[in-house]
Amino acid sequence: MAEQTMIRRSPLAPAADRLAGVGSATGGAVTLAEVPFLTQLNLRLDPTGPAAEAVAAELGVALPTGPGSASAGEVTVLWLGPDEWLVVGAPGTEGELEARLRSAVGDAHASVVDVSAQRTTLLLGGARARDLLALGCALDLHPRSFGTGDCAQTLLARAQVVLVGREAGEFWLLVRASFAAYLVDWLVDASTEFTSTELTAG
Amino acid sequence: MTQQEFRTVQGGRIDRDRPLRFRFDGRDYTGYAGDTLASALLANGVHRTSTSIKLGRPRGIFAAGAEEPNALVQVEAPFPEPMLTATTVELYDGLVARGLGGQGRLATDPDPARYDAVHTHCDVLVVGAGPAGLAAASVAAASGARVVVVDDRSEPGGSLLGTREAKALDWVASVAADLHANPEVRLLTRTSAFGYYDDNYVVAVERRTNHLGASAPAHLSRERIWRIRARRVVLATGAHERSLAFDDNDRPGIMLAGAARTYVNRYGVLPGRRAVVLTTNDSAYAAALDLLDAGVAIAVIADLRPSVSPLWTERLADRGVEVLAGYGVERVVGEERVSSVVLAGGREFEADLLLVSGGWNPVGALYSQAGGKLRYDADLGSFVPDGCREAVAVAGSANGTYGLAGCLAEGTGAGRAAVEATGFAAGTGRELPAADESPVTPPAHTWVLPGDETVQFVDLQRDVTVAEIRRATGTGMRSVEHVKRYTTAGTAHDQGKTSGVLTSGVVAHLLGVDVGDLGTTTFRPPYAPVSFAALAGRDRGALHDPIRVTALHAWHQANGALFENVGQWQRPWYYPRDGEDLHAAVLRECRAAREGVATMDASTLGKIDVQGPDAAVLLDRLYTNLMSSLKVGSIRYGVMCRPDGMIFDDGTVIRLAEDRFLVTTTTGNAAGVLDWMEDFLQTEWPDLRVHCTSVTEQWATIALVGPRSREVLGTLAPDLAVDNDSFPFMTWRDTTVAGLAARVCRISFSGELAYELNVNWWDALALWEAVLAAGAPLGITTYGTETMHVLRAEKGYPIIGQDTDGTVTPQDLGMDWIVSKKKPDFIGKRSFARADTGRPDRKHLVGLLPDDGETLLPEGAHLVEMESLPEPPVPMLGHVTSSYHSAALGRPFALALIKGGRDRIGQRVYAPLGDVLVPVTITGPVLYDPEGKRRDG
Repeated sequence: MAEQTMIRRSPLAPAADRLAGVGSATGGAVTLAEVPFLTQLNLRLDPTGPAAEAVAAELGVALPTGPGSASAGEVTVLWLGPDEWLVVGAPGTEGELEARLRSAVGDAHASVVDVSAQRTTLLLGGARARDLLALGCALDLHPRSFGTGDCAQTLLARAQVVLVGREAGEFWLLVRASFAAYLVDWLVDASTEFTSTELTAG
Repeated sequence: MTQQEFRTVQGGRIDRDRPLRFRFDGRDYTGYAGDTLASALLANGVHRTSTSIKLGRPRGIFAAGAEEPNALVQVEAPFPEPMLTATTVELYDGLVARGLGGQGRLATDPDPARYDAVHTHCDVLVVGAGPAGLAAASVAAASGARVVVVDDRSEPGGSLLGTREAKALDWVASVAADLHANPEVRLLTRTSAFGYYDDNYVVAVERRTNHLGASAPAHLSRERIWRIRARRVVLATGAHERSLAFDDNDRPGIMLAGAARTYVNRYGVLPGRRAVVLTTNDSAYAAALDLLDAGVAIAVIADLRPSVSPLWTERLADRGVEVLAGYGVERVVGEERVSSVVLAGGREFEADLLLVSGGWNPVGALYSQAGGKLRYDADLGSFVPDGCREAVAVAGSANGTYGLAGCLAEGTGAGRAAVEATGFAAGTGRELPAADESPVTPPAHTWVLPGDETVQFVDLQRDVTVAEIRRATGTGMRSVEHVKRYTTAGTAHDQGKTSGVLTSGVVAHLLGVDVGDLGTTTFRPPYAPVSFAALAGRDRGALHDPIRVTALHAWHQANGALFENVGQWQRPWYYPRDGEDLHAAVLRECRAAREGVATMDASTLGKIDVQGPDAAVLLDRLYTNLMSSLKVGSIRYGVMCRPDGMIFDDGTVIRLAEDRFLVTTTTGNAAGVLDWMEDFLQTEWPDLRVHCTSVTEQWATIALVGPRSREVLGTLAPDLAVDNDSFPFMTWRDTTVAGLAARVCRISFSGELAYELNVNWWDALALWEAVLAAGAPLGITTYGTETMHVLRAEKGYPIIGQDTDGTVTPQDLGMDWIVSKKKPDFIGKRSFARADTGRPDRKHLVGLLPDDGETLLPEGAHLVEMESLPEPPVPMLGHVTSSYHSAALGRPFALALIKGGRDRIGQRVYAPLGDVLVPVTITGPVLYDPEGKRRDG
């Protein structure tokens, strides 16, 4: 499979230079990079049933039961809805992780769907990351209400994203592959604001 | 160039070291940094700024802020902007403007400036940074709460900026410094809150770089919309002074008394040399004293009250100014500019300025937008807040509290209550400045003075007079809303800030009723004009609506595809070669698909993974045909209807396992179908154990079409037995194609032997390039949506949403076979028993062949029965839904929905096109390979 990985093309591979350019143009106030090929499995099951416990035991972390995320090792579980999660793991592990989850839930009613290629992930960092998001996201992103580990499905500008608070004030933006180019256009445009420190306070 | 002859020697909040050049109505002037266009004009002795829109009367600067009714200007440079008030345009070097009588002109060039929007959330929003607002903000900010303060002026201070209250202004500076230094506080100046919506959602516009003129930095947005969600709101929006209706009260040189005070104190401008003051209340006396101190002579104070404040009378008497109690203005002399004022009884006073104060209106617009009620306070003579469903408090003069000490105390209380309500312990704000207040003598409640009602103006911008309001009440109107619409009073750019309550007062006066019973007209957003550019923000051009693209989009672009929008998707339309037009390219692409091999990016099809023990039950209920009998490894076409029996979507269903299916939807309806499924699962059938997951972008899909497609697939998929028996029509196989894990489906949307190759999104380009390479020896041709449409139309396959429009049943399309007679129920079944869905004259999908073999009918063309058109109404038979040139048929053809169409096959009907009626013959919908012999290659 090594050969196959070589020719894989992540949705934002052609935009890598533009994303890196944001960091240099803003002096690091906003940084952007694609995190390609993350394993993503859509998991749906009854949060109060045996499948939930079995998955928690298999992953080593309880499934979050409200907006937020939980991590164990390289696996992060994002809450998408009352009976829906996105299990995110290292690139290339989708087959193995899907098998583990399917074996854990056994005969219980649950669905596991590989959606690794459905969305790509952007890592957003820099001191003005929250200010950038505020230009297109209606959620309250103040650290008091949206911090590390928090997660939400929301709109950023006109694209649906899964927004995840990461360590050190960074964010993941998971965006559908078909919307990724639009979102990059919007992010690069929005970062114009931070290309100079003059008059940008507030 | 004039020399600012009306500038005071010193004082004001302007920077006399920074002179600015500007041009108004073709003449060059100078002002200072810190001026508005209005204050700079007044400093140069210019009062008259415009001519009124209806009556052509000279009009001048009347106010000093957003309430200005007269001084509309058109800014011409650096960028044209119409209908700004001179009182709110901050002066910058190089400003070019002219006065406007009403309407301005929009720029014809694109605006190069950026505009954007930002969301913010706070515990406490304070609207207005005057004394009450700053007191509230100071207390709230000290608690640690998140506070946003917005104010429409260039610096905080509100009404204090127009006074000489040194201690209070020091306090303003300290509070502003505190707020700026607090990381949890945002103090937004030049920001007008213009809309107050449910749940304390307040929208404001910040003018960020307008005041910098041509030197505005390009990377910052010029204007920004703030979308503010606040847990509590404190409205400290202040009060607007109002005028009185008297003869010729619109002459240049007539100005609100408070505005004149602001011009003297804030801008160091003398609005005139010698003034008459007409007032109903005490506030004009303070203005008169400040003007006196600045060097303006006060000819007389005419106070409409029979008994006036002894204290203020004494203060003025000390300065040699006469106060006449119980006197009003009889008339004003001077057209271009006031030259003298005649008081009741005939005494005439020479003056170039007439200061008017008819009382004060608390600014209740935002409060009213929030659903707040207003109550008439007979003592104050104004409408004041009286309860609101939102978590909002009103403080200061917006609440009818006009003294400084009262404003500060009320602001502090409101700020404290707001933070405590959000769970913070109120902090200690800056120590409040001492304010000594003179005892207040009650104001007079006068609206109209005796005189000629045809020249007594109520709304200066709309040229509405007392006479016009009398005409409205004379026709029987009793509601101020009706009077407003009849006369247009209060409908101009200023939305009646100075005239609205006066209008109510005049109506009350004319009808002899209590103004409190009449009320005010309704306040609606926006409080102040907002540019469309600001409202559009970044949502313009390429960012106006997302363009969704497939993994192969860059390839399509690089290879000359022209694109078609399908929903938000951009799909290759056709790939012209060497100067081909649409017609030539599509004929070539069609021929390749029918005669050789062709390929298309079909990745935009919606895809939904349906899993669970009851998955087959769900699909049986959603589709009109039976899905539960589908074997694993097989594929079935299906149609979904709405409960009314009309077609909603179509696509294929692939059975992956006993309890797992992959459903495809039309490109534009993927989200709609998933929502439809979730809706029924969550609300109607929660007992079904099924989960649906969108996988539209997980998979890239490439259609491989044509009699030679099997050869190409065979080359690419050596592990796959591709012969017809091993891999029959409507089955799928998981295999390796070009070294990539792939799912190959044998389905056809063209009638030809065809496959759909599915790989994950990341592998799409590798597969596409492999398919093109493998097909190259056979002349493989890429094709787009136009060719796809022609190929499917030749076979009579409908496009849901093109050949259907929400009024078409499967039976109308001739697809009776897809509606199960056996299933106990499915969505739409009951409607097929309705008499209407069984009518014989329903519109049927049929084929059309123009008799001349040449005319391409326009889609949407109507069809009639008769050879020549009778007098209207002309009975219509139906319309053309799809129309193309066919390479295979060698002629144009069309699909159409025609009344009883299947019973008319062979008949001639007519399409009226311009002046001619084109004869066409009705055929069955399947025009190419009706026997279906080409399907298996």
